[in-house]
Amino acid sequence: MEPALLELRGVGKRFPGVVALDGVDFSVRRGEVHALLGENGAGKSTLIKVLTGVHPADTGDFHLEGRRIRPRSPREAEELGISTVYQEVNLVPSLSVAENITLGRQPGWAGLLHWRAIRDRARRALARLDLECDVDAELGSLSVAHQQMVAIARALDTSARLLVLDEPTASLDEREVAELFKVMRKLRADGFGIVFVTHFLDQVYAVTDRMTVLRNGRLVGTYVTSELPRLALVGRMLGREISASDFAPHAAPPMETAGRTPLLSARQLGRRGVIGPLDLELQAGEVTGLGGLLGSGRTETARVLFGIDPADTGDIHVRGEPVRLRSPRDAVRLGLAFCSEDRKAEGILPNLSVRENLVLALQGKRGAFRPLARAEQEQLCAHYIQALQIKTADIETPIKNLSGGNQQKVLLARWLATQPEIILLDEPTRGIDIGAKQEIEGLIARLREQGLAVLFISSEIDEVVRTCSRVLVLRDRRLSGHAAGSGLSVENLMRLMAGTHDTP
Amino acid sequence: MTPPERTPLSARRQSVVVWPLAGLAALLVLNAVINPSFLKITLLDGHLYGVPVDILVQGSRTLLVALGMTLVIATGGIDLSVGSVVAIAGGVCAVLLQAGHGLGLTLGAALATGLAAGAINGVLVARFGLQPIVATLILMVAGRGVAQLVVDGQVVLIASPSFDFLANGFLAGLPVAPLWVGACYLATHLLVRRTALGLLVEAVGDNERASHFAGLAATRIKAMAYVFCGACASLAGILTAANVRAADAYRAGENMELDAIFAVVVGGTALSGGRFLILGTAVGALLIQTLTTTLYNLGVPPAIAPVPKAALILGVAFLQSERVNPWLTGLLRRRKEPA
Repeated sequence: MEPALLELRGVGKRFPGVVALDGVDFSVRRGEVHALLGENGAGKSTLIKVLTGVHPADTGDFHLEGRRIRPRSPREAEELGISTVYQEVNLVPSLSVAENITLGRQPGWAGLLHWRAIRDRARRALARLDLECDVDAELGSLSVAHQQMVAIARALDTSARLLVLDEPTASLDEREVAELFKVMRKLRADGFGIVFVTHFLDQVYAVTDRMTVLRNGRLVGTYVTSELPRLALVGRMLGREISASDFAPHAAPPMETAGRTPLLSARQLGRRGVIGPLDLELQAGEVTGLGGLLGSGRTETARVLFGIDPADTGDIHVRGEPVRLRSPRDAVRLGLAFCSEDRKAEGILPNLSVRENLVLALQGKRGAFRPLARAEQEQLCAHYIQALQIKTADIETPIKNLSGGNQQKVLLARWLATQPEIILLDEPTRGIDIGAKQEIEGLIARLREQGLAVLFISSEIDEVVRTCSRVLVLRDRRLSGHAAGSGLSVENLMRLMAGTHDTP
Repeated sequence: MTPPERTPLSARRQSVVVWPLAGLAALLVLNAVINPSFLKITLLDGHLYGVPVDILVQGSRTLLVALGMTLVIATGGIDLSVGSVVAIAGGVCAVLLQAGHGLGLTLGAALATGLAAGAINGVLVARFGLQPIVATLILMVAGRGVAQLVVDGQVVLIASPSFDFLANGFLAGLPVAPLWVGACYLATHLLVRRTALGLLVEAVGDNERASHFAGLAATRIKAMAYVFCGACASLAGILTAANVRAADAYRAGENMELDAIFAVVVGGTALSGGRFLILGTAVGALLIQTLTTTLYNLGVPPAIAPVPKAALILGVAFLQSERVNPWLTGLLRRRKEPA
């Protein structure tokens, strides 16, 4: 048998109070896409950080192409041939594509840059991925998907042999994922080893050859993808056998809406160049889905509804009354809540505590001079930590120390504490593990039963079908159709997204 | 769930204040060793005198300016114009007193000047999104000119015993300036910690966008921090003018913004915004004043004094750094319990 490209044996890593990795073995072959799977906290990120030299391992042997290695910094790992692309694109948005690709290793002499060589090198790197892209464009002006591709191009610009993709698809739509997979298959054919971290099981089965499952810092096993059925995989990840009812639809059939005043309605709502005029109604006790590909205007619609961006046309009614939303503050006062898709930039206050993050919206709604007593705050926290199963050492822990899923739950709690009637959830399950996903889906069902109007945005069609009783689909920033009842199926939604009404 | 504990947070907050406190203590000990009479406080005519009292009296101005600066820095901003506001407020006091106006009107006018200056900064930064350094630099430069206009280019002398009392008086044997500056600290502490203002300021400083999205009036909160800072600077202007019994538009409040920023940073509030520590700022301001007084007493020429000052600030900053501090505490721990 051919020796592995990368061979890790008995890798251990402790952080104060936590054993993050406990004797983990992991190997990647040449020309292989290898999935690294596990719930949040399983040790995936730590394994990758150890492998790429971000943290030193406490124990274990590392071999790359039979040679013993021990990378002590990301740069050293890169020089050894291990390149990494992180979930959150780690590039400089204000620099050009070419600069980003060559940053830190620009061709030039004595501090002077050789601009033509920089551009040529960037073009060559992009060409390897069959990617058409203006190398002089500012990176920030590109879509997240293209930024991701640039990050990969950057990773391959060195003499990489092993490429680590840490949740590269978290913010990509399906077409972009397909593009990324094309690139991955090409690299696999060229003999690269690829470590692929993802939460999407579909993607695991679509593109990987083998997979390694971790749980609680330990190795569960390495499997050939085609030989391990999906349900068995989920069972290994969760450490329990999963019952079919775990994925049973939560959604109730759409209610008879004739004659009822919707909690929120928008007519001919539009914002030039962002969303086309569209009609939308949110009923009490109903989850309405907003589907569409990335960039189809889902988030933009939610932002207009929440007063973040002003509408140019149309009007919004809340409980039948016309309203004017000039800021999120106005929206909050009317009983709206909005959980942004960008947890880091638009959600958490990283250095403040779980408690402070949780009470923020309620305190903002009450105003500075009606402070919540400390005991009330602690009571709120205790309530939501229990209700949403938030895992945190204590309520004074800075929120940045929590895992993504738990941060998301704190943000949901922040909004639930304001006792909203209308809640807009933009990708609330993005980038979090299966367990947390199920819990959040369950929570949405409970909110519906309590009579809230929920707008649910998600890129995962299965999730939308499971959760919503009616779905509006946007395409190219316009309403392309809606589905409810028996018409609410994955196939139907995909057709609406793609805009093809005839079967292919 | 176990009952939530309060200790971790206060412990974290204290650990940041410990270093400047240690620095302050070390400096006092050093002084006492060099000059045993340094810590001596005497009672003369029923008034307290001595170097420590001097430090409190002289440090009052920096304490005031740093108090306002703390909130501005907590929002992620900075206010360079405080020194100029000190000069303008002092000029306003001198001119009004010389014209024979009463103390109440004079102080009110000076405070209004500070509020107006702060409002200008606040609108430029919060409403129009100018970078704080640029926005406040405008008033820093222009403010000196305004101060010259107010006093008509003259050093205006002040002969008002009641005004003089604010800086140089004694109340029940205690120097009055530190007393009312201390009262300002206490009032501010209560204002920000007994209401939710402190949380809102820290939220905006930590992540302004997220705070806006959470329904906070981020713009207003930021602007208010500058208004508060302007008010503090004008109070410091009153104190400065009363202390020297004159308004010097050219020299009053000179480099005060730097001392104030140092005090805030040394006190444990990060320049990046977010968490702020009012007590830390007080310790930081006193540390800087103690150093200034020490250097003066040691006969170090004023022109050279900034060098040891900078060294001290560097030292404290090092101790607070997230990279150096764990290493240092680890080193100390290892010494204590040799393995």
